[in-house]
Amino acid sequence: MWIAYKTIVVKEILRFTRIWVQTIFPPVITTSLYLLIFGGLMGERIGDMQGVDYLHFIIPGIILMTVIQNSYANTVSSFFLAKFNNSIEELLISPVSYWVILLGYISGGIVRGFVVGLGVFIAVSFFVELQIYNIWIVLMTFLLTAILFSLAGFINAVFAKSFDDISIVPTFILMPMTYLGGMFYSVEILPEFWQTLSKFNPIYYMVDSFRMGFLGSSTTDLLVSMSVLITMIMMLAIVAFYLLKKGVNIKT
Amino acid sequence: MLQALSISNLTKTYANNMKALSSVNLSVEQGDFFALLGSNGAGKTTMIGIICSLLNKTSGEVLVLGKDQSKHLNEVKRMIGLMPQEFNFNPFEPVEEILVNQAGYYGIDRSSAKAQAEILLKRMELWDKRLDMAKSLSGGMKRRLMLARALIHQPKILILDEPSAGVDVEIRRSMWKFLRELNDQGMTIILTTHYLEEAESLCRNIAILDKGKIVEKTSMKKLLARVSQQVLILESTEQLPDILPTLDFKIERLDAYSIQVSLNDVNISQALIALSENKIEIEHVRSAQNRLETLFLRLTSKAG
Repeated sequence: MWIAYKTIVVKEILRFTRIWVQTIFPPVITTSLYLLIFGGLMGERIGDMQGVDYLHFIIPGIILMTVIQNSYANTVSSFFLAKFNNSIEELLISPVSYWVILLGYISGGIVRGFVVGLGVFIAVSFFVELQIYNIWIVLMTFLLTAILFSLAGFINAVFAKSFDDISIVPTFILMPMTYLGGMFYSVEILPEFWQTLSKFNPIYYMVDSFRMGFLGSSTTDLLVSMSVLITMIMMLAIVAFYLLKKGVNIKT
Repeated sequence: MLQALSISNLTKTYANNMKALSSVNLSVEQGDFFALLGSNGAGKTTMIGIICSLLNKTSGEVLVLGKDQSKHLNEVKRMIGLMPQEFNFNPFEPVEEILVNQAGYYGIDRSSAKAQAEILLKRMELWDKRLDMAKSLSGGMKRRLMLARALIHQPKILILDEPSAGVDVEIRRSMWKFLRELNDQGMTIILTTHYLEEAESLCRNIAILDKGKIVEKTSMKKLLARVSQQVLILESTEQLPDILPTLDFKIERLDAYSIQVSLNDVNISQALIALSENKIEIEHVRSAQNRLETLFLRLTSKAG
């Protein structure tokens, strides 16, 4: 089981590193531009948010956005392509348990999220002096976020029947959720109704606890945020495992 | 003796109510070289898909070397190697990686997998291509890659779904030689093919599947013995006479130099002597049709 797991993870890492020009380089450039424009140029006019200057305020959110997008993109594209070119059959005929397949793909998503997130962190460090309040909160939030969105990407890939299907969810669901999850602002500045609504968005909890790890301030209790993320991971893991075991859109 | 494969009452109905297999019973002995023939849509690939866990069966039982697939799925998977009909590898992966990864899925560590991959790639004449992306291979090379991949975990049963499609004659012959060697070493091989000559040349036993049902299962020898008529094309070096002689067998003129003869109770030597006595000297003899093909068409009701 360990060898099979390791094989899937290595294969996944080789897959996205082989095409690093598409997978690693662009998010690092795009995110650095976000920081330069929103943080560096406009931030001075916006002033402080949650007690820190705007540039430092948005850095955790922007790093986490790249983690979300890349973890999701890795599993959704890799698993969908495996279905598309039928190479998923290589796994289906082998004695690899469904949990191992799922864990392998999720681990691939986590690694890509980490590599790109770290790339952004390093790129940002050239322009801004970064401080980390608690590295363990940062790492834990990163890990839970990457797991959650790798699982979401996997489920999307199971249902996807065309390339359109793997871009609809990121564009019309993931992107709005990400932007409305307090990535560029503190939810405290929203009217009460929108504050309440934001609390139904899981990305809010991720951004909040990630920001806690960097800046030491948050709008929700860290335990609540972690509990929300862990609960959602468990729910999506059960769904993903069920779909894989049932062979939905994989076996007829 | 323990059967390599034993299928009982296997039925598969797809979601659109299309019945691909109806109560199929089939057994294949250990060490056999077995042909599973059938026209397009007969149910061969469905049957293979179920045996290899790529498709869910509707009902029935599949035993592989005595192990029930429903109860010992992973053990059954380890015993089977599959070379499918369609290319099913990631075209953007290097050739060697495809084999090493497949071995990894079977729990074989990377160094052993690389050693085994080297043996197989050299045998398949793909060693020079090991670092190339699979998409850059020719059709025949891709088939050989899939054969190597099917063998990477050293299965006891090898299932080949149309292995020679798109493979040139020379490579096909060398593939046949390799398959015979594997069979001689004790590997059970189950083959589906459209090249009936391939089945006739390689396989000892045969089953014919038609519309999801087994319509014939016997030894190749017995099956071919049932075709009493042999149709041959004979070519002469000299122009044939205007009026052909009347002999104990049917003669038809094809052109000025060749005739077609249908032999029932007469063998080829007797036919050649009879023609020679009538001043028709034959230089070339070739079969007008594959005997297995004749039978296949008869059994699947497609004879013209």
